[in-house]
Amino acid sequence: MSPTQIAALAAGGAGLVVLALLPFYADAYYLSLAISLLQFTVLATAWGLFSGPTRYVSLATTAFFGVGAYTVAVLGEVLAWPLVLLIATAIGALMAMIVGISTLRLSGLHFVIFTFGLAELVRQLVIWYEVNKTRVLGRYVFVDITQNDIYWQLLALAVAVFAIGWLIARSRLGFALRIIGEDETVAKHCGINVTLAKVTLFAISAVFITLVGAIMAPRWTYIEPSIAFNPTISFQVVIMALLGGAHRLWGPAVGAIPLTLLFEFLSARFPSTSTLIIGIVFLLIVYALPQGVTGLWERVSRRKSEPPVAPQVQT
Amino acid sequence: MTAASSAPVLEVSGLTRAFGGLVAVNAVDLAVQPGQIVGLLGPNGSGKTTALNLISGVLRPDSGSVRFAGQAIAGMPAHRIARLGLARTFQLVRVLNGMSCAENVKAGLAFHSPPLSRGEVDDSVDRLLRRVGLADRAGVPASGLTYIDCKRLELARALALKPRLLLLDEWLAGLNPSELLIGIELIRSLKDEGLSILLVEHVMDAIRSLCDRCVVMNSGRRIAEGRPDEVLADPAVIEAYLGVSTDA
Repeated sequence: MSPTQIAALAAGGAGLVVLALLPFYADAYYLSLAISLLQFTVLATAWGLFSGPTRYVSLATTAFFGVGAYTVAVLGEVLAWPLVLLIATAIGALMAMIVGISTLRLSGLHFVIFTFGLAELVRQLVIWYEVNKTRVLGRYVFVDITQNDIYWQLLALAVAVFAIGWLIARSRLGFALRIIGEDETVAKHCGINVTLAKVTLFAISAVFITLVGAIMAPRWTYIEPSIAFNPTISFQVVIMALLGGAHRLWGPAVGAIPLTLLFEFLSARFPSTSTLIIGIVFLLIVYALPQGVTGLWERVSRRKSEPPVAPQVQT
Repeated sequence: MTAASSAPVLEVSGLTRAFGGLVAVNAVDLAVQPGQIVGLLGPNGSGKTTALNLISGVLRPDSGSVRFAGQAIAGMPAHRIARLGLARTFQLVRVLNGMSCAENVKAGLAFHSPPLSRGEVDDSVDRLLRRVGLADRAGVPASGLTYIDCKRLELARALALKPRLLLLDEWLAGLNPSELLIGIELIRSLKDEGLSILLVEHVMDAIRSLCDRCVVMNSGRRIAEGRPDEVLADPAVIEAYLGVSTDA
């Protein structure tokens, strides 16, 4: 390892220790804010794992998030906590595989609409089940999980999502996905099982999103389908990842942190119009920063490193 | 040569595919013997590219059989056909613009089964880039290449699959006369290494100098088959290309 790598690793480790100790020196407000930040960092990064290389825009975030939350609502009091998380992982992966196999042959736009519909479908299924079978619409989540526990679990999940993302980027799967993103037909003729690669990645991404939902569920104490399957989450995650730039592993996090703070501020300050403002922010980002902050940063640094700019071939 | 390798590398019979009412490929037969270059000719819209797409797995045939190295591959997904050693290039050249030349070639090397070791991949990238004349371009982004260099890169990626059969879809189209000579030499040298090639081509000089046999298609049907000089003199072929003379 080079000295800079060791320095980066040391800095990362020190930062992680500072973050891990946060519950001991931060008050309840900052802890709650830190939980929101971690939640959206993991969601946006997990979203970018799949949507970055494949360029499929998924609006199914809330479907997986809600399924995770409901797994806890149903099983949280019955089973041990690690087992609940394990079951949430399995359900998220299974659902992603079924959805992936049936939809990833769709073209981009159809996929967007399908995933949006999926979240609504799952929500309606849960409502139907609760109304007709269990005869309750809401559920109480009484599990022995403190805010500190939620924070530490999310922090561990954030470390895991970056580690997995880093490993994927260096694997054959990561290379396959870059080729698929460039040209799917070429990918097939290079011997890549395109469907398998996309479904695998979709499932990995969905597992992280499901786990965030499961970990966050105890924070509410009471959940019902409209809380767990809130479509705003799907859109917020897309905006964050696009602001940061989904083509880089750390891009979505760059977008998630300022936007979580902004949304937090907006919903506290302008509770009735915050959705409208979020919509305007979305438009501004798509028009002004189509490649996200990381794309802008790369362009600027490239311009600095090669003064005579060759005419770029646009494709 | 062993008995097994003297059987045709590619044997297509009764290949048919319709799009709605249009039968794009209609009961086509063709065979490529080991080490042969076979030309697939015909006017525009006669179904040549569709035939290549059916053979390489982009499209599924409605009926007919495709045997590659003795194995039935009709209807198999494209990635499995590629892994069996059937590589192709595209009529409209397709390189991965966001990647370097070395990565473009690596794309063809990375998904062999069983997988190659990292060292083998690196050696092969160098060897293949040298093979097509792009040795000094390894780090250059593919988006910065000239047209002929894109074609070379696409060929290197196809060769990276270690193919037993190469499908070239108008690989020589759009090259200027001096590039054409280089291109023809490159294809001939592949044949000399024992590769079997099926090429769709309009460049007559290339067809005459490269092809062992030719199959001519028109409106989806095979209308002639034989040595290049024979088929190009065939009245049915001349009629397909130039139309019927009416003042006779």
